[in-house]
Amino acid sequence: MSKLSKIFTGNIVVSLVAILFGLIVGAIIMLIGGYDPILAYQSLFEQVFGNKYDFGETLREISPLVLTGLAVAFAFRAGLFNIGGEGQFIIGMTAATFIGIKVTGLPAYIHAPLALIVGAVCGGIWAGIAGYLKAARGVNEVITTIMLNWTALYLGNYIVTNFLMKSGMDKSFDIQDSASISIQSLSSFFNDARIHWGMFLSILAAIFFYYFLWKSKQGFELRAVGHNHNAAEYAGMNVGRNVVKAMFISGAFAGLAGAIQILGVFHYQTIMSGTPGTGFDGIAVALIGMNHPFGILLGGSLFGILTYGSAGMSFGADVPPELIRIVIGSIIFFIAAQGIVRWVLKPFYSKRKKEKVL
Amino acid sequence: MSAASPVLELKGITKRFPGIVANDSISLKLNKGEIHALLGENGAGKSTLMNVVFGLYQPEEGTIEMNGQPVLIDNPNKAIDLGIGMVHQHFKLVEPFTVTENIILGMEPKKGINLDYKSATAKIKALSEQYGLKVNPNAKIHDISVGMQQRVEILKTLYRGADVLIFDEPTAVLTPQEITELMEIMRRLVAEGKSIILITHKLKEIMQISDTVTIIRRGKVIDSVITKESSPQELAEKMVGRAVSFKVDKIPATPGSTVLKVDKISSKSKDGIAVLDELSFTLRAGEILGVAGVDGNGQSELIEALTGLRKIDSGSIELLGEQVANLSPRQISEHGVSHIPEDRHKHGLVLDFSMKENMVLETYYKKPYNKRGFLNYDAITKQAKRLIELFDVRTPSLDTLARSLSGGNQQKAIIAREIDKNPDLLIAAQPTRGLDVGAIEFVQKQLVAQRDQNKAVLLISFELDEIMNVSDRIIVIYEGRIVGEVYPEKTNDQELGLMMAGSTVGGKSHE
Repeated sequence: MSKLSKIFTGNIVVSLVAILFGLIVGAIIMLIGGYDPILAYQSLFEQVFGNKYDFGETLREISPLVLTGLAVAFAFRAGLFNIGGEGQFIIGMTAATFIGIKVTGLPAYIHAPLALIVGAVCGGIWAGIAGYLKAARGVNEVITTIMLNWTALYLGNYIVTNFLMKSGMDKSFDIQDSASISIQSLSSFFNDARIHWGMFLSILAAIFFYYFLWKSKQGFELRAVGHNHNAAEYAGMNVGRNVVKAMFISGAFAGLAGAIQILGVFHYQTIMSGTPGTGFDGIAVALIGMNHPFGILLGGSLFGILTYGSAGMSFGADVPPELIRIVIGSIIFFIAAQGIVRWVLKPFYSKRKKEKVL
Repeated sequence: MSAASPVLELKGITKRFPGIVANDSISLKLNKGEIHALLGENGAGKSTLMNVVFGLYQPEEGTIEMNGQPVLIDNPNKAIDLGIGMVHQHFKLVEPFTVTENIILGMEPKKGINLDYKSATAKIKALSEQYGLKVNPNAKIHDISVGMQQRVEILKTLYRGADVLIFDEPTAVLTPQEITELMEIMRRLVAEGKSIILITHKLKEIMQISDTVTIIRRGKVIDSVITKESSPQELAEKMVGRAVSFKVDKIPATPGSTVLKVDKISSKSKDGIAVLDELSFTLRAGEILGVAGVDGNGQSELIEALTGLRKIDSGSIELLGEQVANLSPRQISEHGVSHIPEDRHKHGLVLDFSMKENMVLETYYKKPYNKRGFLNYDAITKQAKRLIELFDVRTPSLDTLARSLSGGNQQKAIIAREIDKNPDLLIAAQPTRGLDVGAIEFVQKQLVAQRDQNKAVLLISFELDEIMNVSDRIIVIYEGRIVGEVYPEKTNDQELGLMMAGSTVGGKSHE
């Protein structure tokens, strides 16, 4: 509980102020560019909350961001920097597509979970490679995960091209209906927005993250290794195994994110010329969420809302949607440079303290 | 006492940090040609005070005067300009550079656009001779001994024209012989008109060298006395605030059966240098075996080998008749070995874990703390509470991060955890390093208590006094070998010091 309260007291103020500052920076740039920031932000929120369809689509946007955010945060809690969410995401996509297309004759309640699990496990193994290299050979995981991103991109393209390609098109066959995780009833409620089980999975993943890391024996080891691997080793923990385990679980979150995109949203996989970016966005989400699972649920939501709402900004106020990346970048800047935020907040805090004394 | 105004005078220095007053109206007078010792426990405020003098902190109240003139020292460069020099406990030297290069670093003499090494070297040589430092200006730092490195630090302050030298725990890293030499140098310095502030908690050195002593406790000056008119007993009482005993009270040991038998173990470093070289000894139940030696002669590697952190290439380690060489740390721990590590921050604690998490750092996977893969926080809290009360660890709460505890309390927590494992063998590496007199007394008592419960205790320490006071038997380690074995009541500092320097005179060779 104390961890939770810490997130929701001292630090949350910093996060909220950083978000506010980010929005202000965006507004200033809009003013310089001759746009109306108030109208722009108004259109942004109208786009998200204006009707059921768009709200449903925003929820769809949020789920994978939460999962890749969890991936980055989990590794971080174990003292590792997983930059490879991107690659693990692609591997998760590809594995889910493969199972979704090639496995036939299974009932939906087996086929869909199987595809999800294989997607997550393959993402985990992909990250586990970097973990193993670090544990066995001391290779820095930042380097290997970045390299594995590109390896994953071309491996994914290769698999789609050679095994799953719909002839004459740049994409794979559609997955079997039994592998889909779309929720028809909810989708029709949201006017055919692509609602799927991934939304609930991402919430479950955050809860799992919390309990595993702070309540379980294995989480204790992972945190000990993350904070001080010397003391962990001395206390009899196997540091190498924990590094691999942490990377595996981290990669599994990212792999699951990829799998839900295929099974819930697209139902097929395209040949990609570049990486999709969701894995990298996870770094930002983890940062906004202070590497805490419940913070990440909020951070992912914010990120999803801003991203999806940016389309509304360009319709309603003619603001280029790329501008929202400036806002997100500024938010990250202010969270990373907390000193600035605290400095601005200082007068408020000291005033409050004085009142207490009186 | 001279009638002239003191070289350095602190008047009512008060420095506050959030929540505590580190220095509470401290006044101190340093006369010319005097060695003034600053005595106090850890956290008493000695370092804060010296950081104020050296310009790293600004005091809230009080003034500093030099030769009767008030001065404002707001950064270290100002302090150096005013002739204040500091010899830090941890040397600040660039290892691959020569002595000269290190000394001129930051104020390099120029000749045109070139560095003027020649005149610098000459100047350093002259200074070195004047004060009897015997430093070779052209030697590289990594080629010279720790004692020499310290002299380079001293030269550095002299080169910058220091008249007031502050020594921060200067003897912590030296051998007994080097300590004697350092004392000579300090006497020479004051004879040449310098003044010295000596920060230490070693009473023996204060008695030997200082003229006056100022005792600080909890940020306040307790007393300033003339050393000759005082006694170690009196100083210690003033420092701690109660009577302390220096002699470790213990009955003669009654060693029982062999617990640990180390036979010709060898291990190489990454560079292929033999760090353990056919090292052998035995340790019996109910005795404290002290391992004396100068830092870096294989002590750390020996501990690593015994605790499973280092693989040995040959030899055997038998614990209660069972072979434990090259087992994992956890397997060795489960064979009944506890270990108070040398570096408590690096190996002993996870500083960002709460106290209660740290108390089960080695046992978390066992019942009752582990309940079907989940941590049983009730049991953990209960255990932590018990240990913390039993060993009087002062912590605001069980959820406090280990980081925010004082060194003494951190060490108490580790000792509580290790002793509670009820080990057959307790390895204590530098267990009192950086602790104050009160905490040292506590730790040493615990070691003796373990021995009296018929446990085997291996004590590795660089402090000769500790080895002599606590051990029942002493072995001396030098370059990865045991070079001698002596009994504390039949030896003295001189003999041990010689053995620690590699000479086997006096001690019978182990083989």
